[in-house]
Amino acid sequence: MWHWEANPLNGPAVLGMVIGGVVILILTLLVVMYSIYWQRKLIGWIQWRIGPNRVGPFGLLQTAADVIKLLIKEDVVPEKADRAMFLLAPIIAFVPAFTVLAAIPFSAHHVFTANISIGALFYVALSAITIHGVMLGAWASNNKYSLIGGMRSAAQLISYEIPLGLSIVGVVLMAGSINLNDIVEAQAKSGLWYVIPQILGFIVFMIASTAELSRTPFDLPEAESELVAGYHTEYSGFRFAFFMLTEYVYLFAMAGLFATLYLGGWSGPLLPGWLWFAIKAFLYISFQFWLQATMPRMRVDQLMSFSWKVLLPLALVNIVITAVVKAFV
Amino acid sequence: MFQYWNGYLFVALFIILGILLPVASLWVIGPLLRPNHPTQGKRTTYESGLEPFGDARVRYNARYYLFALLFVVFDVETLFLYPWAVSYKRLGMFALVEMLIFLFLLVIGLVYAWRKKVLEWT
Repeated sequence: MWHWEANPLNGPAVLGMVIGGVVILILTLLVVMYSIYWQRKLIGWIQWRIGPNRVGPFGLLQTAADVIKLLIKEDVVPEKADRAMFLLAPIIAFVPAFTVLAAIPFSAHHVFTANISIGALFYVALSAITIHGVMLGAWASNNKYSLIGGMRSAAQLISYEIPLGLSIVGVVLMAGSINLNDIVEAQAKSGLWYVIPQILGFIVFMIASTAELSRTPFDLPEAESELVAGYHTEYSGFRFAFFMLTEYVYLFAMAGLFATLYLGGWSGPLLPGWLWFAIKAFLYISFQFWLQATMPRMRVDQLMSFSWKVLLPLALVNIVITAVVKAFV
Repeated sequence: MFQYWNGYLFVALFIILGILLPVASLWVIGPLLRPNHPTQGKRTTYESGLEPFGDARVRYNARYYLFALLFVVFDVETLFLYPWAVSYKRLGMFALVEMLIFLFLLVIGLVYAWRKKVLEWT
């Protein structure tokens, strides 16, 4: 039918691509809407509350109401801010967040996403661009809280990107490919999800990905109680919404990467592939919200030394063990 | 060959959609819905209710630069490890020894930074 791999490219294939992109965009927005709802509901239950329950049945339309509220709020640009940069920053942060989803295999055949040969590297490379958007927004705001939040954010993201990238190398060693779809197929063929042979790398990945998403216990860039939300203090209305959207799109993308690398992505018995993928991604997202409800925030000095002194050596050890085992088994 | 480029065409489409969404909602639909009455009070910098003083663009901790330098070293290392990991099966024992030497040199760098107390945040 409209398969984008048509060779040479023809009209229906291009149409298929456009449909695929739009479907993923709508899907992403829905996932973000309902993961925010699920976050509030789950944390509500953990804290012995009911959570949102007024807008729509069971509060299901709460996030939609919040989005509309943000859309009709005034867009204030501070007088001292660098206007052009201030307006541009949320877009620079958002575009890579959405683009990384192009490499994630949601099902056995790349119906809606691209099958690119460097998938894992593509994710790591593009997600680093968001740091520029955050830094730019923080600097352009000309606000002291924002600047501190932005600097902290940049220092944290670059520190934790290295253990994250190194933990993925272990998986690449096992599968012999960076293509995310090949990694899933290698897991399906061997019948063993990489969470078991790569348990050390998995632990490093979980911690580093939590820090990359700036979620509790690593939410220092946005520490509400000390930095007044950090890099987006000065942002209001829909521009603020785009920073929040970026954060939740990354949560979804990271859940997809987690499922693909360690839990065998779309592979699994009985159920269709996309449902397996959804279940595994949901697990990761729920895990993040659970952490948020139970963990206190780290100190900045602990945060930095933890990445360099604990996670980085662990990730290197993981690579050496994997390589040695692979060479002799 | 065509299939290879088709994948990146798809990525380009995602980038275009990613730009269109914020542009459409911030510059096309947004101005029709939101009010716009900028007053002096609104446009001052937020500083927890106090009168803002000075400028935010001051000198800040030089430690950030040290971490940035370390990041560059180790990120390039990660980048070298990816192609190595992909072709590891084909290269065999040679690749293992090569990489152990490479990692050893980098670990020396890490230990040096550790001993110099660059990794401390105080």
